[in-house]
Amino acid sequence: MMNAEEIYNLLKEKFGEAVIGLEKENPTEPIITASPLQIHKISEFLRDNDQLKFDSLMCLSGVDDANGEKIKEEDGSEIIKGGTLSVYYHLHSVSLKHKITLKVSAPREEPKVESVENVWKCADWHEREAFDLVGIVFLNHPDLRRILMPYDWDEFSEEISRHPLRKDYKNPEFYQGMKIPY
Amino acid sequence: MSLKTETMVLNMGPQHPSTHGVLRLELEIEGELVLSVKPHLGYLHRCFEKHSEAMQYNQVVPYTDRLDYLASIGNNLGYAIAAEKLLGIQVPERVEYIRVIMAELQRIASHMVALGSNGADIGALTPFLYLFRDREHILSIIEETCGARMLYNYIWIGGLSHDIHPDFVRKTKEFVNYFKPTIVELDNLLSYNKIFIERTANIGVLPVDTAINFGASGPTLRGSGIKFDLRRDDPYSIYDRFDFDIPVGKGLQGTVGDCWDRYYVRVREMEQSLRIIEQAIDHIPEGDVKAAIPKRIKPPKGTAYARVENPRGDLGYFIISDGNTNPFRVKVRAPSFVNLEILGELCKGHLVADIIAILGSIDIVLGEVDR
Repeated sequence: MMNAEEIYNLLKEKFGEAVIGLEKENPTEPIITASPLQIHKISEFLRDNDQLKFDSLMCLSGVDDANGEKIKEEDGSEIIKGGTLSVYYHLHSVSLKHKITLKVSAPREEPKVESVENVWKCADWHEREAFDLVGIVFLNHPDLRRILMPYDWDEFSEEISRHPLRKDYKNPEFYQGMKIPY
Repeated sequence: MSLKTETMVLNMGPQHPSTHGVLRLELEIEGELVLSVKPHLGYLHRCFEKHSEAMQYNQVVPYTDRLDYLASIGNNLGYAIAAEKLLGIQVPERVEYIRVIMAELQRIASHMVALGSNGADIGALTPFLYLFRDREHILSIIEETCGARMLYNYIWIGGLSHDIHPDFVRKTKEFVNYFKPTIVELDNLLSYNKIFIERTANIGVLPVDTAINFGASGPTLRGSGIKFDLRRDDPYSIYDRFDFDIPVGKGLQGTVGDCWDRYYVRVREMEQSLRIIEQAIDHIPEGDVKAAIPKRIKPPKGTAYARVENPRGDLGYFIISDGNTNPFRVKVRAPSFVNLEILGELCKGHLVADIIAILGSIDIVLGEVDR
């Protein structure tokens, strides 16, 4: 069993720049931040290393951090420019009984994160969900389609109403001729 | 001589009684043989996660009821634990005891639906009716306390919405005594029924490594013979005080991890839930169930992840707070969502009729798959 600091030091030693930092001020769980384009090899290491053995991905969540510049539109709504979208990975080792939270942040305009689908298979649908609802693109994902929203949602909506969990999401007026705001 | 055959694409659902809700399966079949299964979700999607961003923390609780609507108490509990973690509140002993008893009653009620509908899907209608008759006892016990039969809004952040009804302890004990022999009846009626075994043994075998890799949890994982239960392995609330076993699949009628094993794990789990209730029911301490409910819920900046063992598996809530009265983000890791992913693997090479048995044994609730 290792604590977050030991895990962080081990990762830092192995991957250097790819592991960015350790957020300790969080009240319930320390978070290790990493680079979105190196997360695949970090995940593989986390799973296969004998001291870590993170064999289970509890949860993978896409989050809109809404930390960019907020621009007021004419109709009173806000759009966000810049800032980041993040993915949180909650890992648990069944055999060693320790947990860790990883976080990667990618720029909002080009949200690309490496897929960990072939490290933990259960990431497959979670990543599709994060792609669908938050709009994070997972590189090397074998089947990156929408999962909860309709497959043809893009055809009927402006760019601002593609991904509902973005903080500046606006409902499109119509979907397939059906009025949406009621 | 071999005949040239063509594969056919067949839609099962979304309006199919045994897809347990609105789930569409795209089957590629060759005659009766299933080559691949592609689930299409989202027919019940109502973006719970977006709704909760517009709600205050305590207002999210009724929404969680509607995720896994057969096990609402478990959903309330998981959300409450995550929010309490974020707020750093300790709930009174009395609340913990009532929560555990309620959650276990709910687990039994939920397993009753799972087992009953699993049987009904493949032709055994009688056990379904028997189990629904018995489930009525649980529903009325809970109804007396909190006024609702399915969507309870019972477990609040820091406490409970109501104290238990004066008759609660007596009626729960009555139920425990009544239900013990009924499990034997269920075993005779369905578990060891020759036809049921023929339909479920050696069907949809889930190997151990696939189960772990796909992140399966709950009876689906334990059916494959892995002793993993959050109540034991990552204890929350006061589960570490009770003595109970974790039933796992042993391949009694066929192979380890087949449909029958998953079914049987649920039957034996109901017994263990009764054991937990028996241990807890006489030791509910006195106290106020609303004492720790905060007047104004405004957690500090930060994140919290909490998970509980729901009847269908490992239910996780990830809450991000930005220091406001509304959650910044709530993500639900729904057990059915993750377990359903395995369906494609399990159905390969089986017959169309077996899909119904396999789907019933995974026991999904579309309310939490689609959220």
